[in-house]
Amino acid sequence: MTERLKISGLKKAFGSKVVLDGVDLSVAPGESLVIIGGSGTGKSVLLKCILGLIKPDAGSILLDGKELVGLKGRALEEARARFGMLFQGGALFDSLPVWRNITFALTQGKLGGGAQMRKLAIENLTKVGLEARVADLRPSELSGGMQKRVALARAIAAKPEIIFFDEPTTGLDPIRADVINALIREQVTALGATALTITHDMASVRHIADRVAMLHGGRIIWQGPVSELDSSGNDYVDQFVHGRREGPMRVATTA
Amino acid sequence: MSAADTLLKPLIALGAFVIGAFAAIGRLAIFAARALKSAATPPWYPARLFEQMALIGWFSLPVVGLTALFTGAALAQQIYVGGQRFSAESTVPAVTVIAIVRELGPVLAGLMVAGRVASAMAAELATMRVTEQLDAMVTLRTDPWRYLIAPRLVASTLMLPVLVLIANIIGVLGGYGLSVFRLGFNAANYLATTRRFIEADDILSSLVKAAVFGFVIALAGCYHGFRSSGGAAGVGRATTNAVVLAFVLILLFNLAITVLVFGN
Repeated sequence: MTERLKISGLKKAFGSKVVLDGVDLSVAPGESLVIIGGSGTGKSVLLKCILGLIKPDAGSILLDGKELVGLKGRALEEARARFGMLFQGGALFDSLPVWRNITFALTQGKLGGGAQMRKLAIENLTKVGLEARVADLRPSELSGGMQKRVALARAIAAKPEIIFFDEPTTGLDPIRADVINALIREQVTALGATALTITHDMASVRHIADRVAMLHGGRIIWQGPVSELDSSGNDYVDQFVHGRREGPMRVATTA
Repeated sequence: MSAADTLLKPLIALGAFVIGAFAAIGRLAIFAARALKSAATPPWYPARLFEQMALIGWFSLPVVGLTALFTGAALAQQIYVGGQRFSAESTVPAVTVIAIVRELGPVLAGLMVAGRVASAMAAELATMRVTEQLDAMVTLRTDPWRYLIAPRLVASTLMLPVLVLIANIIGVLGGYGLSVFRLGFNAANYLATTRRFIEADDILSSLVKAAVFGFVIALAGCYHGFRSSGGAAGVGRATTNAVVLAFVLILLFNLAITVLVFGN
């Protein structure tokens, strides 16, 4: 099997706080991998390292066998063009209407291609179950769930090969979360994309994942198919999956 | 604690402060260099540039105009009163125009625009940082340095000279109005004296100052906005720091240019 993404020995510390302490992880083409882990365990940092938004201290990230760490200029831009990302809060540009948000990657922020871009934006809005009239609204006029959907439309508009989802269901009610999960699954399959999701929403994990990996203490401590999630035999995974207070992971309750 | 430690402590604090100050200057210089490089190389975003020019230039006109008008008038009154002590009331037009064009026009316009623009830039960019819009932009194949920072720097550098030119004219007119209508100056004589005393070099130095102030205003706003961290409190901090930095840089560069141009 050739991996689409192969991460090895990835390390990152902020000052004296070690966040990633040698992460090894691979993602196959077309696979949907979900990384679970407690809040503040460095899941977002891992994604941002892959995207080149944060520079890792050590380790390697291979995209189709080519090193991403240390890429600069055009080479970095070309690699980034293959990625799409859905940010936790949506991260829509509030100074632009919805349709300009969706086509932002295609026009690279320029104002060209008006009618054609607008049409493309509406096509992508339809894909995420939103009406055409949403296209002319400002992001601030949308509800949280709709913002997530627009952000999803923006992430898939440029047809990326690899899509990252940062806590896609956070802040949504269970019904809307399920809608987003279904849309993610649907669009990732339609694009034939490779998906890497980080979440601590177990319903989301079961819906989206082909394979699950758990990040704890800066390392991947377990990974396996989603079907083995309940029989992992790993105490950490068990505690997390069932949301128990008691277990190998201690959370300070007095702090 | 030994006596040596007690003696060393203030020195250690002083050393840390000095190193910190130099590190901050270095960070700002590196930021400015990268911003200039981004502004000089494509892709350019003309639509963003015009948007910023309108925001900085057009919408600062009322506040800059009013400041210049009131200051010009107050200045003329003070020069008149001060001049009376040694029968030099007639110096009002000459001193007013030189004070306005060389110093007060650029500095006051710079400070007013800094209050409006550096704070707005810092708040907007810091909010974009907090809400991950800056990260999102990078993943959407667009460089925030070129899309956000370059247009702000260029627009501010281009618009400040225009604003200062207008501030100079309105400032002189403020002095003229007060002198003619309140102090009994002859209108034609006042304008003739003004024209005789103002030189091309005065206007040129005024505009050079304005361009430099425009640059440092946008630099301060972008620097603190772009580098902000720590949520809502971070946005507030970035805004305050941007205005303070812009004010200090304006006054510092004003002194430097004044000494350089008029010192000899």
